[in-house]
Amino acid sequence: MLKKIVLVPLVLWLLSVSGIAQAAPKIEHWTTSNGLRVYYVHAPELPMLDLRLQFDAGSARDGAKPGLAMLTAQTLDTGAAGLSEDQLAEQFESVGARFSASASMDMTVISLRTITLEKPQQTALDLWLKVITQPDFPQAAFERIQKLTLVALQGEKQDPESLANKAFYKALYGDHPYGQPANGTESSIPALKVADLKAFYQQYYVAKNGLLAMVGAVERAQAEALAEKIAAALPAGAAAAPIPEVKPLTEAKTVKIPYPSAQAHILIGQIGNKRGDADFYTLYMGNQVLGGSGFASRLMKEVRTKRGLSYSVYSYFAPFAQLGVFELGLQTKLEQTDEALKVARDTLQQFQQEGATAEELEAAKKDITGGFPLRTANNSQIVEYVGMIGFYQLPLDYLDTFTSKVNALSSEAITEAFKRRVQPDKMVTVIVGGDEK
Amino acid sequence: MRRILTFTGKIRNPKTILAFSCLFAGFFTFPAVAIERVKTENPVYEYKLDNGLKILVKQDKRAPIAVMQLWYKVGSSYEQNGLTGVSHVLEHMMFKGTQKHPDGEFNRIIKENGAQDNAFTSRDFTAYYQVIAADRLQVAMELEADRMRNLLLPPAEFKKEIEVVKEERRWRTDDKPTSLTYEQFNAMAFMNSPYRNPVIGWMADLNAMQVEDLRAWYERWYAPNNATLVVVGDVDPQKVRDLAQQYYGAIKPTEVIPPPKPQQEVAQTGVRHIKVKAPAELPYLMMGYKAPGLLGAKEAWEPYALDVLASILDGGNSSRFAKDLVRGKAIASEASAWYSNDGRLPDLFVLSGMPTKGEKLETVKTALLEQVTKLQQQPVSAEELERVKAQVIAGEIYQRDSQRHQATLLGSYESVGLGYAVADAYVDNILAITPEQVQAVAKKYLVEDGLTIAELDPQPIDPNKPKIAPNFVR
Repeated sequence: MLKKIVLVPLVLWLLSVSGIAQAAPKIEHWTTSNGLRVYYVHAPELPMLDLRLQFDAGSARDGAKPGLAMLTAQTLDTGAAGLSEDQLAEQFESVGARFSASASMDMTVISLRTITLEKPQQTALDLWLKVITQPDFPQAAFERIQKLTLVALQGEKQDPESLANKAFYKALYGDHPYGQPANGTESSIPALKVADLKAFYQQYYVAKNGLLAMVGAVERAQAEALAEKIAAALPAGAAAAPIPEVKPLTEAKTVKIPYPSAQAHILIGQIGNKRGDADFYTLYMGNQVLGGSGFASRLMKEVRTKRGLSYSVYSYFAPFAQLGVFELGLQTKLEQTDEALKVARDTLQQFQQEGATAEELEAAKKDITGGFPLRTANNSQIVEYVGMIGFYQLPLDYLDTFTSKVNALSSEAITEAFKRRVQPDKMVTVIVGGDEK
Repeated sequence: MRRILTFTGKIRNPKTILAFSCLFAGFFTFPAVAIERVKTENPVYEYKLDNGLKILVKQDKRAPIAVMQLWYKVGSSYEQNGLTGVSHVLEHMMFKGTQKHPDGEFNRIIKENGAQDNAFTSRDFTAYYQVIAADRLQVAMELEADRMRNLLLPPAEFKKEIEVVKEERRWRTDDKPTSLTYEQFNAMAFMNSPYRNPVIGWMADLNAMQVEDLRAWYERWYAPNNATLVVVGDVDPQKVRDLAQQYYGAIKPTEVIPPPKPQQEVAQTGVRHIKVKAPAELPYLMMGYKAPGLLGAKEAWEPYALDVLASILDGGNSSRFAKDLVRGKAIASEASAWYSNDGRLPDLFVLSGMPTKGEKLETVKTALLEQVTKLQQQPVSAEELERVKAQVIAGEIYQRDSQRHQATLLGSYESVGLGYAVADAYVDNILAITPEQVQAVAKKYLVEDGLTIAELDPQPIDPNKPKIAPNFVR
C-alpha cells in the first residue's frame, strides 16, 4: 500500500508532468492532404507502436444530450465494416493489439497499441482503421452500452468521491457544457438514440477536427503513409466551433450531501485556467508549493504531517480548452470536518495573500528541473504528452522550454497571479458525508 | 503528481484486481501460432554483499533515469493476530527521520533532486522506491541505506501518523462497499492462513498499536540480509554494485532471521458463504477457490495452467466472460477472473461479478458456475488458447515500456522466495500449457469444497429509508 497518496486525475498528471529539457523527445509535425494534423515521435528501442487519434469531440459537445460523446466512443468497436463485436475483439487480441476509445470533457481519444512485427501490425492497423472509419453502431450493442452506463451511474451513488466530484463540477459550471457529466445522467442516457451517435460521429470524427499522435518503432516515411491512409478514410469536415466561455463565480457556495460514510469527502475550488493561458506557469508553480508537490506542499504539511487529519490532501489546476478548475481536496473522519476545513481554507488564504517563500520557490524549481527526464521516460508517457500538445496546439518545443520557463519565474509574479486568479472568498465547497445540517 | 496504482496486496475492487493481475501475472499464453515471439536480450545482473544484501540490476537505456527499489521480506502475512497492519504502519514511519536525516529531510532531499519516491506494503513484502535521474542514484542510495537501521521512530510523530493510517483505512475500505466485501470475503476464505488479514490492518489493531510494536518489527526485519535492492534504468551494473557496497556495505546483518511460523491453511471441507451488508446501490459477488501458487506447487505446470484459465475467462474483450456474460447473455455489468500465483503462500482463484440493470445477483452467480462447469467438461479451443498466448507474447514487449514495472517484477519474485529468474521463464511456461492441462486444473481446483462465496447486500444509502428485509443465500 502506498504511503504517499495522491488521488489525482490524469489532467493533473499531464500538467505536473510538464518538465523536460535536454532529454525531451523530438516531436515531428505535419498535416495530411485533407487536414489531419499529425504528431510523431520516433522511438525505435522497443518493437511496438502507440497510436492516438484525438478529436475535438469531448463531452463539452454533448449539448442537450449528456453522455453522447462517451457513448459514441464506446460503441465504435461494437461492430464495424460488417465485422461483429466478437470478431473485432478476437482479431485485435489474436495479434496482441490493445484498443480503447473514450471521451473526456474536451476530447475523444481512440488508441491502439501494437507490436511492430509486420503481420500483426498490419492486422491491427487494418482493424483500427475499420473501427474508426466504418463503425456500424449496431442497435443491440448500443442498448447494452446504455444499460452498462446506467449501472455505472448507479455505482457512482455508492461512492462519496464520485458524488463530491459531480456536485463540484455542477456548482462550478452551472449550465456551461463543462458542468454536465461526461457519462451522462440517469435521464439523458435512456433518451439517446443510435441516430444521435451517428450524427455526432459524422460531425466530429473528421480530419480537420482531429489529430493523430504516433510514438514507436516506425520510420518517418512509414508514419507518413499510415497517417495519409487514416486521414484519407475520414471526410475532411470542419473543425468544431470554440466551446463557450466560462463565467467565474461571483460568490461563495457550499453544497452539503448527507451520506452514511466514515469520512467527510471535501472539495474546495473555483474556476481555474486554460491550456496556453498567460498565467499557466505562474499558477502551476504556485500550486506546486501550495498543494501540488506531495509531501513538500504546504497543504500536506498542515493537514496531514502536522495534524494527522487526512490521508490525502492536494490541490491542482486542471486547464482545459476553456477555463478549467482549481481544486483542493481531502477526506477526514466526520467529527473532524470543521477542523480540517478550517486548516485547508486558512492555508489557501495565507498562500494566496503571501505567496511562496524564496526557499519554497527554489525547492519547487529544483524539483521540476531535476525531475524532468522522469516525465517522458517511456512511450506511454510520451504519446500522452504528444497528444496533449497537439490537441491544445501548444508549441512543439513545449517540453524543451518548460523548465527554463519555470526557472525564470519570480515569487512576485506568482503572488500577483494568485491574487488575481484565486479568490478564497468565492470558492465552492462540497462536503459529502454526515447528516443534514 | 502522478497517481500510482496500488499494484500490491490489498485488493478490494474488481478494477484493482485486474490491475494487479495484469501487472504481475498478466502474460498468459501458449505456443503461439498467431504471432511470433520477439526475444529481446535484457539480462539481469546479480550481486550479493557480504552482509547478505542482494542486488539485481537491469539496464534500460531509453531515458537517463533509474528506478531504485529496496524490498524487505516482510508484509502483513508475517503479522500475528492483534498486530495486523504493523508492516504498513512502519512503512509510514520510515519517512519520519533518522539521526542523520531528521523528520522532513528525506522528502526535502528527494524533491531537491527532482526524484519521485514512495513505498508500498503487501502481504509478502514492503518496498521503498525512488525514480531519479540516473546520475543521482547515489542520493537515493544514501537516504535508503541510512534508514535501514537508524530509524528514530519518535512517539509524537507516531501518534499523528497512526491517525493518518486510520484515515487511509476509512478511505480505502470503510467507505467502499466492494472493498468491505473483499475484506470480509478474504477473512472468511482463509481460516488460519495469515492471508486472511487485511494489509492495512483491522481498525481495532490500529487503535491498540504502540510505537514499541513498530520498533520490534523494524529491528527484526529491516536488515541487509532480509532485503533485495533492485535498480532498472540507464545505469552501469558494476557501478551500481560499487555504490551499494559504499552505502550498504558497512551495515551489519541481523544474526538470524527466524522464518515465520508455518500457519498452513487448514483444509477446507465445504463451501463457505458470507453476506456483507453495507450502504450501497449495487449488489456484488465474489467467489474464491483455493488454489496452489508457484511456490511449493506439487505439479510445476499447474499454476501456469490456472493462469491461462483465468485468461480464458477474463483476458480481454474476446475472453469468455466478456463475450458470454457481459455481451452474449448481457446479464453482468462486470465479470472478472483473477488468480495470483506469485505469493509466499497458496492463494485463491477468484471470480467476481456484478449484475447489469434489471438482473439479479443470483443469475450472475449461476452463470459464473456454469462457466466453471463448461471448463471442466470441455477442453478450451485452440483458437482461444492461441489468443491468450498472443496477448502474452505482446504483453512481454509492452511491459518493457515501464522501467518501474520491470523492477517490480524482479523484486516481488525475489522477495517471496521464487527467485527473480521466474520472470524470465514465465512466458515459456505459459506457452507450453495445453488445453488438457487447463481442463485438468479446472476439474481439480474449481470445486465446491474449496469455495468461498461473498455477497454484498446493498443497504439504503438514505438512512430515512427502511432497511431491506434479509435475503439469505442458500
